[in-house]
Amino acid sequence: MEFAFTDEQRMIGETVRGFFAEHATSARTRAAMAADGLDHALWAAFAGELGLAGIALPEDRGGAGLGMVELAQVAEAAGAHVAALPLLGHAMLGQAIARGGSDEQKAEWLPRLATGELVSTSAWQPDVTIAGGRLSGHFAHVPHGAVADLMLVHSGDNAWIVDLKGEGVAITAHMTMDQTRPLASITLTAAPAEALDNPDAAIPAALAAGWIVLAAEALGGAQETLDRTVAYSRDRVQFGRQIGSFQAYKHRLADMMIEIEQARSAVYWAACTIDENSDEAPIALHAAKSLAADTYFMCAGNMIQLHGGIGFTWDHDAHLFFKRARSIQTLLGHGAWHREAIATMILGPACEGAAA
Amino acid sequence: MKLGFSAADEQFRAECADWLQAQMAGPFRDIRGITTLTAKAERRKEWEQHLGEHGWSCIGWPRAWGGRDATLAQQVIFAEEYARAGVPGRVNHIGVELAGPTLLAFGSEEQKRRFLPDIAAGRTIFCQGFSEPNAGSDLASVRTRGRLEGDEWVVNGQKVWTSLAHISDWIFVVTRTQDGSKGPKGLTFLMMPLDQPGIEVRPIRQINGDAEFNETFFTDARCAADSLIGAVGDGWKIAMGLLAFERGVSTLGQQMAFRNELDAVIAAARANGTARDPLIRQRLAKAEIGLRLMRYGALRMLSNTDLSQIDGAALTYKIQWATWRRTLGELAMDVLGQAGEVTGGEAYEWDLLPNLFLFSRSDTIYGGTNQIQRNLIAERGLGLPREPRGDL
Repeated sequence: MEFAFTDEQRMIGETVRGFFAEHATSARTRAAMAADGLDHALWAAFAGELGLAGIALPEDRGGAGLGMVELAQVAEAAGAHVAALPLLGHAMLGQAIARGGSDEQKAEWLPRLATGELVSTSAWQPDVTIAGGRLSGHFAHVPHGAVADLMLVHSGDNAWIVDLKGEGVAITAHMTMDQTRPLASITLTAAPAEALDNPDAAIPAALAAGWIVLAAEALGGAQETLDRTVAYSRDRVQFGRQIGSFQAYKHRLADMMIEIEQARSAVYWAACTIDENSDEAPIALHAAKSLAADTYFMCAGNMIQLHGGIGFTWDHDAHLFFKRARSIQTLLGHGAWHREAIATMILGPACEGAAA
Repeated sequence: MKLGFSAADEQFRAECADWLQAQMAGPFRDIRGITTLTAKAERRKEWEQHLGEHGWSCIGWPRAWGGRDATLAQQVIFAEEYARAGVPGRVNHIGVELAGPTLLAFGSEEQKRRFLPDIAAGRTIFCQGFSEPNAGSDLASVRTRGRLEGDEWVVNGQKVWTSLAHISDWIFVVTRTQDGSKGPKGLTFLMMPLDQPGIEVRPIRQINGDAEFNETFFTDARCAADSLIGAVGDGWKIAMGLLAFERGVSTLGQQMAFRNELDAVIAAARANGTARDPLIRQRLAKAEIGLRLMRYGALRMLSNTDLSQIDGAALTYKIQWATWRRTLGELAMDVLGQAGEVTGGEAYEWDLLPNLFLFSRSDTIYGGTNQIQRNLIAERGLGLPREPRGDL
């Protein structure tokens, strides 16, 4: 038992924090927001120069062979700068294939995911039809759907890989509140779909990776909102004092730190449960996703409030965090849904409670 | 980063669990599941001695002083199994977790010989004399005076909120020994026997009807000249060192006892049907999340050996668990409804959950109020400007 980063993990953390601080600047993120919501040069450097797109993919398929803890470190650092990268879908499809793909599927797709050559997304809905290897269905809100090459689709007990550049695919980009991860509507009409070999392994692996990425992004974002607000509270003087010296102000910052520290425990607990095959994994994943997302939203809201009027302007970065936080709350299950999943584990289903 | 315990640790866990469960099923079955701090005090002193006899009293201490040199993981495991077996809280918590480590860190060899074996054996129960009527959050403003008279310290003043003083043997007291000194300067840390004419202990009744803490009056109370820890004037340093031990493994054991409380709320909700209420389900799920995160926050804190870094997990731990427990008490009452408002007997004595509801109002006050915690977090964790500290 050692709930602390190893030396290697510390180095990974420093590397990714340095990378995003240098490259995922506000100006570049805003340029991506005004275009297709993906910083293509950042993605190329992330995948190419640093080899980070394959961090949690198997070594024999071009990846680094590391686990969810390291994936979380990467997502945390990316989230701290609201980087316009397709990490969510990338992690979900990559883990789905790594855990539930056939050898042929792994050989075909994983090396191209590890190099960042392909951009992935993921979507779910219950009503799809499959006939002769062709999939039809409508997906209303697909993250980075307009720029992705591949889409993981899961429905019921099945999962498929769909080539979004192929036939039978109609995509409409939405103007999206969080422009760093824009949503698109995708309609498949008898689009060729490749069924994953072992969907029972692929779907949980994809969801676990997705929840961990979102929770870790939220953690990084929340910490960054706190750090930036602390810095502002030292610079800003009112009534002849630094505003960070007023208790009403500093106690709100303390509350942010209290929640963030819990979110930090939650994210790395959840990541460890996957890496260590712990039976706590389901509860840890639901806890991490719901708590980290709510923490981020609280912190980002506080960032706006504690900056005053400047925090409400488009030019200030506070709204980037605020909007990302809001989108993370909804993606892959809102907080109440995750908490109900935990309630079912500890109480049984809502409709079968003991009689009064 | 690794959360799992080794095979050797799991074997140790089985050993702890077997022994503790055997005691709670056998010779000490009458104290199993007690949740108040004062019930069956004499039997619980016998339990302290029983722990000592079998080498389970203070496993983290060095072997030379009655411990087991247990690793961190082993201490975590013992604390968890202790709570899981339904063993009541330690009446010598202060001796084992605070006085002992303070003596190990700052005491002379002679003092260690005099106190540590008796603490480990459960023969000497300690309590803590820090707070005073006018020194609460502002602890450094203590006024209880100590002066050296020949070969004895003579102490006059009053301490308050002295938990379990009425069943303790010794008290450690922060006294002002330098005339005219203010704040943290001029304080000295003394160990005093309670059984003497100069010390009077008066119980204070709490909102739950129990009387676990006391006022302690010192009127020409005496202890030997060599009863001080550290040097004259070192009192603040020793007291702060002692408070750091409060964040140790013992907190993990305390938090594991919260598992039993949450399980009781869950059982009550299932029994009376409130477990079907969507809002109650949300709140219970939040409580479950918070409890698990307390464990992992504690493991992070205990795994942190890089003391040069600000340890966010350690700094936020107290306010987290205190707030969690108070929230659980409120949830418990919503689950119980009016059944939680009656004792079912003639005495003003409460079952586990109503008692939790009442007692937990103290959790966010003692050991540094939530407001003081936020100051500490903001100042130490975030580097924000400090609140007034009086004359330093």
